[in-house]
Amino acid sequence: MSDMRGYFEDVASHLQSLARAGEVLISRLCAEESDFIRFNRSRVRQATAVRQAAWTVSLIRGAKRLDARVSVAGSLAADKPALAALVAELRDSLDGVPDDPFLLYETAPATSTAKPREARLPRPAQVIDEVLAAGRGLDLVGFHAAGPIWKGFASSLGVRHWHAVESFDLGWCLYHDRDKAVKTSYAGSTWDSAAFQSKMGFAREQLARLAGSPRTLEPGEYRAYLAPAAMTELLGMMSWAGFGLKSLNTKQSALIRMADRGARLSPLVTIAENTAEGIACGFQAEGFARPDRVPLVEAGELASPLVSPRSAREYGVATNGANAGETPESLDLAPGTLAESEALAALDTGIYVGNLWYLNFSDRSACRLTGMTRFASFWVEGGKIRAPVNVMRFDDTAYRLLGASLEGLTRERDLVPDTNTYGERSTESVRTPGGLLSAFALTL
Amino acid sequence: MLDTLRSDFRSLAPAVDFCALRFVEESSEYLAVRQDVPEPPQLSTSRGAMVTVIDGGGLGYAATSDLSKAGLARAIDRARDYARLTAGKSVVDYGTMRMPRPAGAYRSPVARDPASLSRADKYELLAAEAKQCRIDDRIVDWEANLWTTASRQAYFTADGGDVRQEFHFVVPNLSATAYAKGESQTRSHAGRYNGFCRQGGLEILDAFGLEGAGREVAQAALELLAAPNCPSGTMDVLLMPDQMMLQIHESIGHPLELDRILGDERNFAGTSFVTLDMFGTYRYGSELLDVTHDPTRAGQYASYGWDDDGLAAEKVHVIRDGILQRPLGGAISQKRAGIDGVANTRACSWNRAPIDRMANLNVEPGTSTLDELVAAIGHGVMMRTNVSWSIDDSRNKFQFGCEWGRMIRDGKLAEVVKNPNYRGISATFWRSLCGVGDASTFEVMGTPYCGKGEPSQVIRVGHASPACRFSNVDVFGGAA
Repeated sequence: MSDMRGYFEDVASHLQSLARAGEVLISRLCAEESDFIRFNRSRVRQATAVRQAAWTVSLIRGAKRLDARVSVAGSLAADKPALAALVAELRDSLDGVPDDPFLLYETAPATSTAKPREARLPRPAQVIDEVLAAGRGLDLVGFHAAGPIWKGFASSLGVRHWHAVESFDLGWCLYHDRDKAVKTSYAGSTWDSAAFQSKMGFAREQLARLAGSPRTLEPGEYRAYLAPAAMTELLGMMSWAGFGLKSLNTKQSALIRMADRGARLSPLVTIAENTAEGIACGFQAEGFARPDRVPLVEAGELASPLVSPRSAREYGVATNGANAGETPESLDLAPGTLAESEALAALDTGIYVGNLWYLNFSDRSACRLTGMTRFASFWVEGGKIRAPVNVMRFDDTAYRLLGASLEGLTRERDLVPDTNTYGERSTESVRTPGGLLSAFALTL
Repeated sequence: MLDTLRSDFRSLAPAVDFCALRFVEESSEYLAVRQDVPEPPQLSTSRGAMVTVIDGGGLGYAATSDLSKAGLARAIDRARDYARLTAGKSVVDYGTMRMPRPAGAYRSPVARDPASLSRADKYELLAAEAKQCRIDDRIVDWEANLWTTASRQAYFTADGGDVRQEFHFVVPNLSATAYAKGESQTRSHAGRYNGFCRQGGLEILDAFGLEGAGREVAQAALELLAAPNCPSGTMDVLLMPDQMMLQIHESIGHPLELDRILGDERNFAGTSFVTLDMFGTYRYGSELLDVTHDPTRAGQYASYGWDDDGLAAEKVHVIRDGILQRPLGGAISQKRAGIDGVANTRACSWNRAPIDRMANLNVEPGTSTLDELVAAIGHGVMMRTNVSWSIDDSRNKFQFGCEWGRMIRDGKLAEVVKNPNYRGISATFWRSLCGVGDASTFEVMGTPYCGKGEPSQVIRVGHASPACRFSNVDVFGGAA
């Protein structure tokens, strides 16, 4: 799949030519060539190459719409006739589809092309050799995903969007024992062996901190500093049907008390869908371009919801380019004023939480969350790390964690790419500072 | 088409220690009626193949959606490249594996072909029931949906193995949400998050009980809205099958997965509190606990004839009389660990390599009727329908929540309570099992959404269970 842009334009034009009078054809391409390498105990567990392409074709006539997603070979010779046959099948079935009163798609001709970033990805052999060498004598477990991702949108009304990225994401843990580990990641578009070695060196230093006797905490409230990776988990829960217009209007949003009952977060909290500074593509499935920024929470108060085209039609408002699930893809929590280097001193005595894990709601309407600490989390006294802590469960509301208990956010922020590869590699991300909390309720 | 694919593959297969091709073609249709409005159908067909090559002690996989002969050739080259690249650098010498050479066929039992009902008739069925949810202005959302999938799979080895499997899945769902004064309560019919999922045809809709369910879930949502919060305290819990499925999944299924025990998942899904030395002796639960891994159960969601490494499925006890027997690990993990496992190496689709996954993991029925289980509880709560799940990365400390609870006092069912939650520790929780329901309380559930693996995979699993009673559990309700 060497010239995917050319392939996309050719197939898109072909599909456009298939639309008959009164019909609109919308099509989306998702394709990738990925290398996936798993490591365990500083050896290779599984190495997989994946080459995949799929088109989603929507045939629209009046208020009727029928969508089908199909895998394709990624070659013009095979895919043009296959997609023509698919369109014919959709046409045959369209009369039996009920009218959709909430149908909305981009009708204004528009084009966009994301500026491609220069990429220099490592060869798989290089990754294997460097990782195995760096992990020699250590218990390293990790995962490397790399390669190009292509996304395109086309409609018979003259809309064309194109997005292509080449990236790698290596995440790994150095294990001390059982569940005690340091988690590190190295992601980007250009592999730099020195940068990898530097991150590895820092991880080794952190690993030494896990060697001490772990401390088991009693349930209760503790001061805590949540590192950006832990904050990402909290924000992820709020994003799970929290900011969408449909979930707010059907009262299923975890933030419903902010919308309906005047609840608010700390004035320190400003959250946005920041497409301009994220890595997700700037258009959505119905062809609408995303604005650079959608304010979701402003100084602790709920701001704009994410509005998909379907919700826009259902509730009579304008769409802001949200996906069908109305979840953020480039979530951004604004920085605070606390220097990261001062975070432990500001914490004084409490828990440094490196990562949180497996969050869910204890009471969704109250935005009450539970989850576990994970990986490198430490007991801190007098601003110094004293001992690793055994994993503990927390159970608290977002209104306390990011409300009354929030003392500060760091000036520095991490861009945390979504490492999920369900079906295809994700391009979502969260940019977040660390958070200093006066109280973090542990229960088990 | 499959014969051509087999022929192309075998003509291209290189001279290596082992080479296999796994083909998957999965077509699905998702229909939904939300707030009495039919949503556009969502159709999908995912089609492709994965090549496995073992050579010189290395292992390589390559997947492609290009099923032309040239596409297959490219995939074979990539898999062989990876096998060469990882030779001598892998967690095990894969050359020592004796991979199965299976032959045979499997097909889901289908009594009523989903295609026998038109799309319009399916919409009508869903719309009729969804309409019944509108019984009160406080019902703010309601939806009925139907998800049908047909999956055709083939597994060919270069040395003559040939397995064909055809799966048919039907997943209906119905739920209603009630809202008042800043609080919403959702009640779903027969399992939230598609917990009612099976292999078969439209006869599954009868088992689901779609007819009459609309009014029932709406009334239950309103009932929950008016109910008090579940009280806090240590008490007995009576978990019904649509919560037991989650309890089994998280605190038996995942900790027993052999690849977790071997450490493969520690960078993502986690490790396990279970260690290899526990098998054969460790008391996992009370003597009432009997757990089987059974991909042969007809109609259950994760049934199959062979796993994705070609190992034949069989019903096996993983816990018998409360004692841990064997892990959930397929051919490669068994070889690495030097321990017997089960046929459960599975991939979610053609584009992901197979790993150890629970399939149908079931608690076997006991001898108590539901009345007897209730009568044995002095102070406790019955819980139905999982809504929240969280567990640590060793699969030990857990906290689970349900949609619906009902207090039990002095052996009798009392008032409905909302937001019932409980927490515990896997290593000790199952030892508090003090009552197992008989076959009359047994229900077949599952989930389409078990996530694990790097790259990530979501796979189908099945869980069947009777109602079960546990003593001295830490229970609590909702609110801030």
